[in-house]
Order: sequence, then C-alpha cells, then structure tokens
Amino acid sequence: MTAFDVERLRAEFPILGRSFDGIPLHYLDNAATSQTPLAVLDAVRRHETENRANVLRGIHRLAEAATAAYENARQTVARYLNARSPAEIIFCSGTTAAINLVARTLGERFVAGEEVAVSHLEHHSNILPWQLLRDRRGVAVTVIDVTPDGRIDVAHLERILTKRTRLVAITHVSNVTGAVTDMAAVVVAARRVGALVLVDGAQRAPHGPIDVQALDVDFYAFSGHKVYGPNGIGVLWGRRALLDAMPPFLGGGEMIKTVTFERSTYADVPHRFEAGTPPIAQAVGLGAALDWVIKLDSAMVESHLTGLTERILVGLQDVDRGRNIIRVIGPTGLQARMPVVSFSVAGAHPHDICQLLDRYGCALRGGHHCAQPLMDRFDVAGTTRASLAPYNNREDVDAFIAGLDKALKKLL
Amino acid sequence: MSEDLYPDALLALARDTSHAGRLEAHDASATADNPLCGDRVTIDVTLKGNGIAEVRHHTRGCVLCRAAASILAAKAEGSSRAAIAVAEAAVRAMLEKGDDLHGAWQELIVFNQVAPHKSRHGCVLLPFRAMSEALS
Ligand SMILES: Cc1ncc(COP(=O)(O)O)c(C=O)c1O
Repeated sequence: MTAFDVERLRAEFPILGRSFDGIPLHYLDNAATSQTPLAVLDAVRRHETENRANVLRGIHRLAEAATAAYENARQTVARYLNARSPAEIIFCSGTTAAINLVARTLGERFVAGEEVAVSHLEHHSNILPWQLLRDRRGVAVTVIDVTPDGRIDVAHLERILTKRTRLVAITHVSNVTGAVTDMAAVVVAARRVGALVLVDGAQRAPHGPIDVQALDVDFYAFSGHKVYGPNGIGVLWGRRALLDAMPPFLGGGEMIKTVTFERSTYADVPHRFEAGTPPIAQAVGLGAALDWVIKLDSAMVESHLTGLTERILVGLQDVDRGRNIIRVIGPTGLQARMPVVSFSVAGAHPHDICQLLDRYGCALRGGHHCAQPLMDRFDVAGTTRASLAPYNNREDVDAFIAGLDKALKKLL
Repeated sequence: MSEDLYPDALLALARDTSHAGRLEAHDASATADNPLCGDRVTIDVTLKGNGIAEVRHHTRGCVLCRAAASILAAKAEGSSRAAIAVAEAAVRAMLEKGDDLHGAWQELIVFNQVAPHKSRHGCVLLPFRAMSEALS
C-alpha cells in the first residue's frame, strides 16, 4: 500500500454504505460517536454466540471463557495506554462514569478550601462532577482560561494553580476546538503545587495508543463508543497506588472480599470499582476496537486526516468568500490539533445548518457540544462541528463544503 | 426532506424583526431556554384589560424559533390570553400528532413540515413557553 487506502478501510464499516433517497451518507460526527468496524461487530457476536456467561464467579467452562475474554480486554486496554499493569484498568460505562468515579472516591477526601482546577475547554462531564463535589465538600472549582485560538492558556494555568489545588482535571483534546493540550506543561505546573492530574481522553483515544507513563499523569478516562467500539463501556486508568488508597464507589457483587451484616471488606483493584455484572460483551468489543486501531498505519492515518482537516479549513474560507461571516472556533492551523473543526456563521444557526446539511447526506453536530462555558467564552450560542475518522474521504468533505455553501445561500 | 422545513415564507418570518426587541415598560416578561441547543427567547408584554396590547420578543435561536417568535408576537397583540393558549395547543398538536390547526392562527401552518423532526419541536414551542410563563 503506497497511499492510504481509504476505500479499503471504508469497506470494513457497513454503515458507511448507507444512503438516503439515493444520497450517500457522509458521516462527519465522529467526535460524538464513531462508527464500528466488522472486526468489532464480529468479536462481539462471536463472544455472545460462543462464550456468553457471567464473569469472575462461575466454575463452568463458559464462565471461564467469558472471564478470560473480559480480562483479556483489560490487558488490551492496558497495552493501549501503556499502563504498568492491567490492575490499573477499571471498566465503567464511559468517560462520564470514569470522572464521576474519581470525584466520588478520591474527591471525597478533599476538604473545604481545597481546589480542583478545570479548564474552560471542558466537556460538561469534566465540570459537573467537580461542581457536585464542590456542593458536597466545599471544594472550590477554579477555571483555567483558553487562548483566543481555543487552546489551554498555559501561562494562566501556571498562575491559577495554588498549594491548595489537589487535582487538575483537564481535557487531552477539546471536543469543540480539536486543540491538543500541552500535557507536559500541565503536568509540570501541577507537580509544582503537588496536584494530581486527571485527563479526559475521550477525544484523544480514537487517534491511537496513548502512553500514560510518558504523559506522567494520574488518571486517564475515555469512552468505547468514540474509539470504534461499543457504547456502554469506558475506561478509567489510574496509578495503582492512588487506586489502592481510594474507597469503593458503588457497592454490590464482584467488588467484595467478605460480607457480613456487621462489616464487609473490599476486593483489590480493579474489581473494587466494578460492582455488579460488568458490560462484558462491550469490553470484548472495546478490546477488538483497540486492536483494530493498533493495526492501522498511524503515520498514514495522520497524514490522511491532516489533509482532510486542511481541506475543511480551506473549504470554509472558500464558502466565506471574504465576507467574514464564518469564524473558526479553535486553531485555524494544522499544528497540535485533531481533525475536529468547529465554526460559527454570523446570521445562521448551527441547527439550521445541520438540518440542511442532512439533506445532502452530511451528518454533523450543531449546538453547544456539552461545553456551554466555552460557548459563552467565545460569545456564541453554539457551533457547527465536523469531526473526522480515518474512514472519511474527500467526498465526505467536499459534500459537506458544497452543502454548507448551499445551506448558507438559503439561510442568509 | 429537510429543505421543505424551510419554505421561503418561514425564512421571511425568521428575518422579520418588526416585533423584535424589548419593551421597557412591560407588564409581564419571561425568558425560556432550550437546554438542548442553548436557544433563548425573552417575551415582554403590555396588557390591556383581559388582552395583550403590545409584544416584543428577544430571540437567540434558529430559523424555526425566530419564525415562531415573529408569528406569536404579531398575532398575540390584540388577542386574549385564551386565544394564545388555543394557538399554543394547536401548534403543539400539529407537531406532535399531525392535527390540523382547527381555526387557530393559520400562519402557524408554516411549521407543518416540522412534525417528523421531533428534535426540532422544541424550537417552535420555545417562544410559546416564554409567553405562557409571562402570562402566568
Ligand atoms: C471531551 C469529552 N469528554 C467527555 C465526553 C463524555 O463521554 P461519554 O458521554 O461517553 O461519557 C465526551 C463525549 O461527548 C467528550 O467529547
């Protein structure tokens, strides 16, 4: 393969063959949920048809096979994140659940007057758990500003962290601007004040393996449905020593050592944080999805997606025709960004734009993207967002740009 | 088809600013938000007897929301509270059940293509929500 063979990749995603009244689907809403390849669908189906059983407690051979498959998926996740041990991988329902787990366990040890720092770029799922903690514990939530091109303002970050800051909870990649956070700078600033670092990796995880040891962070969260896997599954990675010291979150089956009415003792990590029957087939699917990503030629994928991102940015300028009506919310260059492009159009509402784009088969997201503080910061009610995956092709981008041009002719 | 959602008459209503703005000296006012999209409508009214004298709307929203606010503000002036409630019920029934408007404000017919797009019903109803809050 000399060039990136996007058509071969597309063939692995049956849904991309869909059309509506003869108009092909152009799926550009990957930051909300990515599509899932046959390798994942087959792995889930195989598990459910051959090895479906509950995990951990069973003696029979299906239970053993299901447990092996579930723990195998944990190992795959550990490899994907370069975790020191699979015991550091906690399966949960998604990024939201992972962050709430930390807020409800580690966070409960924080006291009034201490601080959790979040950034202005955060998804609501990395804001609300800390606001709820503030309401429970009297912890303050401080906010790291963003630069005009939608990145973490590192200088402000350094100013705002204090000796009282216990945790910096920050996104690795913004789901609105696509900006990649300078995590090294965040970690240096956090360590200087003795704070821990929790990373919302929901938008970074789809773009290839991550090295949590090299990042030198403390917690990392992501969702299966954004990494070409099933929904209902997500991951919290945490440093073993921190996880070992955290109290349980949900109580129930699978998370105990012994139970009496007087007193119970809890399982070791990771099972301490996996009360009840976990999402087993989903974990198997997630493992298959990460294996699928690992097999991609990452350099080729990156250059393919950078090319398409540039095509979008140039296309937006073409549609603008010097009218200065289209404003990109986020970086306008190609450095340190993921293939997520948000923009606002003066006089046209994102929902109207998306509704009209839908007519041309283009699936985009319009609105506040669960990042209302960021919308306020940029003084827009919402944006229209195109977000790419490796299976997107030039036709997808061109249909979107042509559709946008037509939509704006109608709306403006 | 999405484009039928946006007939020219509806686009014209969305652009119509004749009742846009605020009423400094209002008798009632309310703001309604749509948490799904961040759209926001503020309705100010002055009252005369049992009816509505003047209406202004301040709308940050999509075409559907702005057009609904335009119709509502224009038609509500000189109407009774009861007539406004009838109009709201009629447009809701048209969206949710495909009913016809039965004598309620016929201008609302521009929204008849919105019915299959459930996620957009709230856009049309938002100004009505602000109005009923203002009048309650
Ligand atoms: C940056 C970011 N964080 C968190 C989330 C929440 O993910 P989930 O809804 O899968 O829990 C999302 C998804 O929209 C996201 O983009």
